[in-house]
Amino acid sequence: MSAVVSLTNVEKSFGAVKVLNGVSFEVARGEVAAVIGQSGSGKSTALRCINALETIEGGQIMVCGHAVHDPKLDKKTLRRDVGIVFQSYNLFPHLTAEQNIMLAPTCVKGIGKAAARDLAREVLARVGLEAKADHFPEQLSGGQQQRVAIARSLAMQPKLMLFDEVTSALDPQLTGEVLKVMEDLARGGMTMILVTHEMAFARKVASKVIYMHQGTVWETGPGAMLDDPKTPELRAFVGSGL
Amino acid sequence: MTYQFDFAALLPYWREFAMGVWLTLQLSFVATVLGFVLGTLCAIGRSDGAPWVKALVACYVEVIRNTPLLVQIFIIYFGIATLGLHVDANVAAVLALVVNVGAYTSEIVRAGLESIHKSQLEAAECLGLSRPQTYWHVIVRPAIERVYPALTSQYVLLMLASSITSQISAEELTAVANRIQSDTFRSFETYIVVGVLYLALSFVVRIAFWLFGLVVFVRRRKLGTAL
Repeated sequence: MSAVVSLTNVEKSFGAVKVLNGVSFEVARGEVAAVIGQSGSGKSTALRCINALETIEGGQIMVCGHAVHDPKLDKKTLRRDVGIVFQSYNLFPHLTAEQNIMLAPTCVKGIGKAAARDLAREVLARVGLEAKADHFPEQLSGGQQQRVAIARSLAMQPKLMLFDEVTSALDPQLTGEVLKVMEDLARGGMTMILVTHEMAFARKVASKVIYMHQGTVWETGPGAMLDDPKTPELRAFVGSGL
Repeated sequence: MTYQFDFAALLPYWREFAMGVWLTLQLSFVATVLGFVLGTLCAIGRSDGAPWVKALVACYVEVIRNTPLLVQIFIIYFGIATLGLHVDANVAAVLALVVNVGAYTSEIVRAGLESIHKSQLEAAECLGLSRPQTYWHVIVRPAIERVYPALTSQYVLLMLASSITSQISAEELTAVANRIQSDTFRSFETYIVVGVLYLALSFVVRIAFWLFGLVVFVRRRKLGTAL
């Protein structure tokens, strides 16, 4: 009912390889869902399908009232509601942190330069980087770049935020500063889906953990499920962590 | 070998030389601006256009890059005349240079466009930017920044190649020199002077591009990347 995102029997192949084989799950408003699983289990693909970066071959995806599986989907309206942050940050290298953030509000929402700059400062403050507004991406650490990328998404005021292994390229210290920003967001009530390998973070912050295996949802439950896996696959996956 | 250099014989012609330099600069400037626009549009068409656009641009680029500039100039100059249109030799010269440098520009800019990682497009798309907005803000501007040194070299070459348009008696430095040497019979000295003037012009063009780059590419200015 109040699901912001719902996937029903989603199927997706890359060539002969079936990556998603009937994936179903729901994420409610304000919920933080962590999607975990081995590399190749289809978790990143599932996330990209939610944002229509991949087109699906079967099943249904509803996101904030948009029928993403519909070929007539207006991707621009979908993306007004959905923000996404990538593993490789994907900041625009020729623009400063502030300009990176201002680009979409001015281009897409038609906000004036001055208002967009205020907005940029505001979201940069939320990720603790107001002092870096005039820095170019290459002048920032990986963790700072990722926080700017999060701020860039926040500036579009999305109803749902997707995080695709956003800390996988960072060392533990930088990972910590990015996770803290995400935790603040979660506490602020943002609906979030994150594909992650940070088990401790999933256990602590996620209200729902979705374990994917071989292109399907294998096991799902609250964060505590990681302490008491029901399936041998999840037990092996969690056990391999330490 | 007892050649007596006599540069003094050229002194009375300094105004003509100066005029020639000025004309060459004008010709090159117009050809650079128009050639850049044409080349950039062709590069976008070739990397992201409909199949017929891609084919058309590919044909254009290959034909131009595999024929001599002088022949292109003659075809355009005499072709226009044969069509019954009267155009000034200078206009025909600019047209030929634009057509020529447009093809080379398109290949350089295309290399730049292809160097922009697909993830940049994805990020722009996910932020809701339209295709033209993405092209302008995320692809074309950084692409041109990246290939700017190659473009600079290409436009210095264009300025030097403009001397060939003297063959259809367009007004520029080499045409002026041809006239002076036939007046003075001091061919050697005349072309030495012209050579030095072209050298100076190349220097000026490079400096101009460097300064323009500093103004346009803020990141280069801030981070001190050399051109």
